Amino acid sequence: MTTRPATLPVRGPGDRLSDLFWRRPRLLLALLIGPPLLWLGVVYLGSLFALLLQSFYSIDEFSGLVVPEFTLKTYAELIRPSNFDIIVRTVAMAAAVTAGCIVIAFPIAYYAARYAKGRWKAAFYLGVMLPLWSSYLVKVYAWKLILAKEGIVTWAAEGTHTSGILNALLSLPVIGGNSLSTSYIGTWIVFIYVWIPYMILPMQAALERVPVSMIEASADLGASSGQTLRTVILPLALPGVVAGSIFTFSLTLGDYIIPQIVGSSRLFIGQAVYTLQGTAGNIPLAAAFAVVPIVVMLVYLTIAKRMGAFDAL
Amino acid sequence: MTAAVEFRNVTRHFGLVRAVDGVDLTIAEGSFFAMLGPSGSGKTTCLRLISGFDAPTGGEIRIFGEDSGHVPPNRRNVNTVFQDYALFPHMTVRDNVAYGLMVRGVDKATRRNKAEEMLSLVKLAGYGDRKPGQLSGGQRQRVALARALVNEPRVLLLDEPLGALDLKLREAMQDELKALQQRLGITFVFVTHDQGEALSMADQVAVFANGKVAQVGSPTDIYERPATKFVADFVGSSNVLPPALSRQFGGPDAWCSLRPEAIRVVEGAGQVTATAGSARYLGAGTKLAVHLGQGEDMEISVVLPPGQAVPAPGTTVALQPMSGALHVMAGEK
Repeated sequence: MTTRPATLPVRGPGDRLSDLFWRRPRLLLALLIGPPLLWLGVVYLGSLFALLLQSFYSIDEFSGLVVPEFTLKTYAELIRPSNFDIIVRTVAMAAAVTAGCIVIAFPIAYYAARYAKGRWKAAFYLGVMLPLWSSYLVKVYAWKLILAKEGIVTWAAEGTHTSGILNALLSLPVIGGNSLSTSYIGTWIVFIYVWIPYMILPMQAALERVPVSMIEASADLGASSGQTLRTVILPLALPGVVAGSIFTFSLTLGDYIIPQIVGSSRLFIGQAVYTLQGTAGNIPLAAAFAVVPIVVMLVYLTIAKRMGAFDAL
Repeated sequence: MTAAVEFRNVTRHFGLVRAVDGVDLTIAEGSFFAMLGPSGSGKTTCLRLISGFDAPTGGEIRIFGEDSGHVPPNRRNVNTVFQDYALFPHMTVRDNVAYGLMVRGVDKATRRNKAEEMLSLVKLAGYGDRKPGQLSGGQRQRVALARALVNEPRVLLLDEPLGALDLKLREAMQDELKALQQRLGITFVFVTHDQGEALSMADQVAVFANGKVAQVGSPTDIYERPATKFVADFVGSSNVLPPALSRQFGGPDAWCSLRPEAIRVVEGAGQVTATAGSARYLGAGTKLAVHLGQGEDMEISVVLPPGQAVPAPGTTVALQPMSGALHVMAGEK
């Protein structure tokens, strides 16, 4: 009988390295997460901190130079009516966009999670992701054309004799306007179109984790479909809805292109930051504006947590 | 007395697969009924047909005399204990148990009292404020049981109720389920692939094979008088004797079953001569495989009582069936 060794010889530096990692698994972990941690910690959080710092500076009204001294003056400026309007407008739009995305995304995500199999599932992912492949600007300009007064929506409304509905919609106070492409309704539609994949995907992932037996158990115990939806499916899908709404909410809060191209020409936070740090050169106020979405998101997540949105995680 | 559940020539096809293929079944009110079979035999589909998660392709399902085949589950007075328990993770144990009352619009105080009552019935009083995630497997099973019983169903369905529990707990739960069923007097229908579980708990057992019912009867019937080769083989470990061998054992010219413990083994030649093979010690006896050398090699298992010397492999032994032990399988032609 040939004797075979109990341990195999080292074949080269690859084996030696692999031995080292096997003996010290933490070393491998450190090597793997070190660079991204450095990026997140230093470059990203560092810049965020610098931004926060800038917001506590102020600008000298005569020289237009930044005065690097701690003051709350810049924040006081934020709540001046003209600036506060921008904040209210942006937050209201972000909330409306998120609500719209939830309503539209839910049936799509539910279908994909519960019924789509094999080829249909692939078609679903493709369908949801496809809009993300084309340039964001192209999509927004395309929407401008679609929603314009001479665009396809007006034309279709005339053709189907539903111009009355369209005009009634446009004559609504505040959200209406001359045409869809120059009203808040138009901005809202385009925001929903652009961000909806970010709502569908986490929602679908959350719904997929709800076992069929739980839905059956609910029906078994006498719940109608509506009761099952309210008491079982929605609470269990809530973490996904919250995850999706973080995307739609924060992306809307920070966007400055869509409101510039489609909608009434009133400013949103993103546009305010853009003009303040560019042409106006008021970096402290731009920074203070940029802090607003961060605070709003923190408040939003705190409320969501209080309401038990993450209990099912 | 009307039957609790009645299947009349029920079929359920999934595309070309006949999951349930012409089943006739009567489940008596107040009985503890087991649907036993290997996976894919149609037993679980039959359970889902009773609960309403699935509708029959053909035939009729009557629950307490009412044609119920196409009634949605939420309008059936039937509740289910799910295999994975399906407890709602975002609700407390109490809210889980009270769920059936909540969706029916019962007021909060009554709900709470009834839930506590159910929790003490399954010996979980005081656990109401916990979340299902904080309970052990056995406790979750009890919660699922309490939740299914809170609506006072006329039939309780249990899908592999003990499948996820370890052996010790499973035995304890078997006794408890049996006691609970006798106390409540509700018809229990449970699905299992474990023949021991079916035989020890049920009053009536239906053995499923390939979407059909192979045999319905009391555990004794099923175990001692299997109707087909499949039942004899699946329920326990009966020897299946082809007609020629039956005659050799002194029986009729038909397929017969013969229990391993009903065969006496003596050394030397005799009525049926065989060669001893491998032996397996079981504690309450020793199971021995013996080979009948004629034609194709036929293996028969016998159980030797404790104390009897185990013949060495290769020894010639004679087999004698005990009187009345040979049973004709009516289902085999």
